[in-house]
Amino acid sequence: MTVIAANGVTVRAGRSTLLDGVDLAVAPGETVAIVGPNGAGKSTLLRVLSGDLRPAAGEVRLKGTALSAYPPRKLAGHRAVLSQSLSVAFPFTVDEVVRMGAGDEHGPHADALVEAALAEVDLLACRDRIITTLSGGEQHRAHFARVLVQLARGEADNGPGLLLLDEPTAALDLRHQIDFVALTRARAAAGTAVVAVLHDLNLAASFADRVVVMHRARIAASGPAHAVITEDMLAHVFDVALKSCGLPAGTPCVLPHMISPRARTGPPPAWTRPRA
Amino acid sequence: MTDAAARHPALSARRGPPGLRALPRWVVLTVLLGLLLAMAVASAGIGAAGIPPGRLFAALGLADGAPAEVARDRLILFSIRLPRVLLAVAVGALLATAGTIMQGLFRNPLADPGLVGVSAGAGLAAATTIVLGDKLLGGFGPEALPLAAFVGALGVTAMLYRIATREGRTSIATLLLAGLAFAALANAGTGLLVFLADDRQLRDITFWTLGSMAGATWPKVWAMLPFLAAVLVSLPMIARGLDMLVLGEAEAFHMGVPVESLKRFAIVLMAGAVGAAVAASGVIGFVGIVVPHLLRLVIGPAHRTLLPAGVLFGGLVLLIADTIARTIAAPAELPVGIVTALIGAPFFLALLLRQRAVVGL
Repeated sequence: MTVIAANGVTVRAGRSTLLDGVDLAVAPGETVAIVGPNGAGKSTLLRVLSGDLRPAAGEVRLKGTALSAYPPRKLAGHRAVLSQSLSVAFPFTVDEVVRMGAGDEHGPHADALVEAALAEVDLLACRDRIITTLSGGEQHRAHFARVLVQLARGEADNGPGLLLLDEPTAALDLRHQIDFVALTRARAAAGTAVVAVLHDLNLAASFADRVVVMHRARIAASGPAHAVITEDMLAHVFDVALKSCGLPAGTPCVLPHMISPRARTGPPPAWTRPRA
Repeated sequence: MTDAAARHPALSARRGPPGLRALPRWVVLTVLLGLLLAMAVASAGIGAAGIPPGRLFAALGLADGAPAEVARDRLILFSIRLPRVLLAVAVGALLATAGTIMQGLFRNPLADPGLVGVSAGAGLAAATTIVLGDKLLGGFGPEALPLAAFVGALGVTAMLYRIATREGRTSIATLLLAGLAFAALANAGTGLLVFLADDRQLRDITFWTLGSMAGATWPKVWAMLPFLAAVLVSLPMIARGLDMLVLGEAEAFHMGVPVESLKRFAIVLMAGAVGAAVAASGVIGFVGIVVPHLLRLVIGPAHRTLLPAGVLFGGLVLLIADTIARTIAAPAELPVGIVTALIGAPFFLALLLRQRAVVGL
């Protein structure tokens, strides 16, 4: 049983291929981290899974039904999405934004959902502030709360759903990164399928049951973190010569900010060469 | 204290949202309706031939009065004042609604149908109908006017949206600049028509481009009713969608909004509102920008309250502006478009200064 399954998904933009025959299936309760270098197709894959983008070839099925067959409102009851960059054009309060996740629903049930989500992201104290007066990280947490409300609202009707997150931790401080991992894992334990694009390999390793490595529009590796985050993969995909030092629990750990020579041999990348 | 409040001290000390947002919706709408009715009564009495409040009620048949006076007051009230008051309220309501919808659609408080050429497009279509209508449409020129204005407004809005929106993101700088070009083009077209027009048509066109309520008649009021009714019925359908659209088109879609159909519906609705307003009273600027902005400051940006409040407050603002326009230089009369521009243009500049970073200028 899978929540979402992509089969042979190909996406093109002009002459470049953004996704090239990608297969991915996610089971209920599974947490999947998509990692990879810039431009590997991570966000594109997430946009295909969310229904934003229709693939040129291949198909995506959500709970057995073609994704394109869902009307937007119905789709919103089965999957929730946290985008990478978000801006609010008008002076809505945090509470009002989070409440949007509940759709048209008002009343005590929606109130309870909103309050629980705000507590989970540690923003109860800010709920009546105008969202644009918050810091970037706080705003992102507010949107995360909105997405959690939508997810909870949908799961109450339709059973375990799908949570898609595009670099959810990029703007978060250490405390809230850790909270985020705990929070999403708790959702997964309750049956939600979680797919997150992550840049931080260590976070991916601690967050995900399965790490999917994307490289040049394809999936280069997929499996548990200790099997995927290897020196060979780091050299091949990320072009860094690094040792992955396992932590006691067996979780791999890399220290990417240590000065490291390039791993790939051959000519230097184009941007290092002077322009002709 | 509840359990949740014990764990989160902030909860028990909740200060509530800023401004008057905590006011229930019905309080906001009732207050605005009361103000609108009071202003309507005041405006009906004010003018070249003043009708004091006591005689006003007598003329309306709500009190007794001297028969001769009552007959004279009734004539003024029913043939001049009332259609004008009602038309000003209807046009103000439609313009404010169009502005609110457009700002929601483009996610920016600077968008306004008058500013970005939508009204000018409607004006051009109206002028075309005035000048060429007899030849092209036979005797149906006057009746086709609101429809033509609607089509003109719709055309400009659709083109603006295509130009300014790319991959779900709307560039407000592109919108304003493209709108400028459309307005110039439409005004040039109207200018060309001036040369083709005879004297009567010329007067009509001048009236349209300046914007005035002076031509208010009962048939014009009746012609507004279907548009006003359509707008009022549709507002609850788009309110929640417009709220979610504020986060961006992708996010609105993620939350279950059928974005494309919402946009199409909102654009048609907005064009209908602008078209009807322009057909009745010509091009009146800045109501669509001032009204929603002031309301957002007080009651917040949620469209469920903002849209109906805009209908009432828009009617109130244009009624005040028109009352000023016809009394300040009495017995002469200013076009109301000049009054709204005098108040609205500095307001827009102030808004622009605060928004400079957003617009990217």
